[in-house]
Amino acid sequence: MSNLWGDSLSGFWSVWIIVITLGTIAFCWWVLFANRKTDKQPNEYGEVETTGHSADGIDEYDNPLPRWWFMLFIGTIVFSVGYLLLYPGLGNYKGLFGWTQENQWEKEVAHAQEQYAPIFAKYQETPIPELAQDAEAMRVAERIYLNNCAVCHGSNAQGGYGFPDHTDNDWLYGGTPEAITASIAEGRNGLMPAWQQLGEENLRNVAHYVLSLSDAEHDADLASQGEAIFTSACVACHGQDAKGIPAIGSANLTDDIWLYRQPGQPVLESVLETLRNGRNGHMPAQAAYIGEDKVHLVSAYIYSLSN
Amino acid sequence: MRHDIVEKNVGLLAVLILVVISLGGLAEIVPLFFQKETTQPVDGLKPLSALELEGRDIYIREGCVGCHSQMIRPFRAETERYGHYSVAGEFVYDHPFLWGSKRTGPDLARVGGRYSDEWHRAHLYNPRDVVPESKMPNYPWLFERTLTGENTADKMRALRSLGVPYTDEQIANATKAVRGEQEITALVAYLQQLGTVLKDTR
Repeated sequence: MSNLWGDSLSGFWSVWIIVITLGTIAFCWWVLFANRKTDKQPNEYGEVETTGHSADGIDEYDNPLPRWWFMLFIGTIVFSVGYLLLYPGLGNYKGLFGWTQENQWEKEVAHAQEQYAPIFAKYQETPIPELAQDAEAMRVAERIYLNNCAVCHGSNAQGGYGFPDHTDNDWLYGGTPEAITASIAEGRNGLMPAWQQLGEENLRNVAHYVLSLSDAEHDADLASQGEAIFTSACVACHGQDAKGIPAIGSANLTDDIWLYRQPGQPVLESVLETLRNGRNGHMPAQAAYIGEDKVHLVSAYIYSLSN
Repeated sequence: MRHDIVEKNVGLLAVLILVVISLGGLAEIVPLFFQKETTQPVDGLKPLSALELEGRDIYIREGCVGCHSQMIRPFRAETERYGHYSVAGEFVYDHPFLWGSKRTGPDLARVGGRYSDEWHRAHLYNPRDVVPESKMPNYPWLFERTLTGENTADKMRALRSLGVPYTDEQIANATKAVRGEQEITALVAYLQQLGTVLKDTR
């Protein structure tokens, strides 16, 4: 990534910066000393020299800067010269410390890696079912979950409208340790196509048929009319038994779990909405964000919630 | 010293003050205009699509920048949470910059791809539906209002005059690309591309 950051200046601009910076410091030095007055004592009448400015009879003194104040100014100049020697400030000059924003960041990251990585890495070899029993590991994992997953799946892991519940034992993509890890690490893209082209009447029939699969309240006549369409259009993804196919993440339609049912919405309405517009559930891949070690821990946490 | 020469000639005083206060900018800012690092786009940076551009304008209109920065500084605490630190080359097509300086909410420089589109829609409709402790306002009108696209091409032309490489074809199709789209769709499209150019984000 160094090519993103450390592109050096052309010679001209490097000189430009050096001249302005050192010139400004030299100018400050000159202003300080050129205006420095030697201490003047009051004359015998107790009067001191004035600038000659007078307003309403009030004269402006022309006393020197107090010594402590003058020395503070000198101090700033000494500081700036020291700073410019040690740190990069003068064009392309790197400074004696060789400090850059980037290498400071790299050091911070390496230090943190050294300190914290083992905390997560030590669980890497433990199989997920066993890890799920480890109370300490699960406390670590819960933190990772709350920081990264809770924003969609909820802090109680019960999901919400469109975000799967982890506390039940219903899985779109399978609940084995391997399947959970894959879902977290690589993400998932659900694709339920829209079926508007079938026409509202057909969709209503299919919806009633879908409800009949889980013995939800439905109209048996309409359901029987919908069965034929279901068999031709829906079983390819949802399976002959309508229990879903974990390999493609199609939903089990025979249980009473409705991912896309809004609070208070009748099941029929939510099923119709899904049929009309389709659904595109998307679980972002997390491996790049949190790393394999943390994925392993979170997988165990998710596993522990329903096992 | 003859202070009075400067003090009694207001014009001269003004000129000298200008010189003094320009020095910092001349040394620190002006060279950046001529430095590749700040003027060249990072590899793979593309101008925003018509929809994303409209989304960006909604982002500006709703004042998102008032609470969300788009600038990850090179500190571990930030890169751990948000991803790779921001680099100048990511922003060369941004006019104006939306770096912001206030983080009432989190930084958004690399929010693209972090959450699903559906999450963003739910969150913008009512943030508390997905993040119960959130204090972000609701933006329900984004779901009711649609884009006309009447100014999209002009915006792209204006950006092109500032050096954003829009093609004639993109400009010609701009209105068609956004007309009738919900504002929320445009805003989510904008959010979902933020910071996605640097692939090695961790």
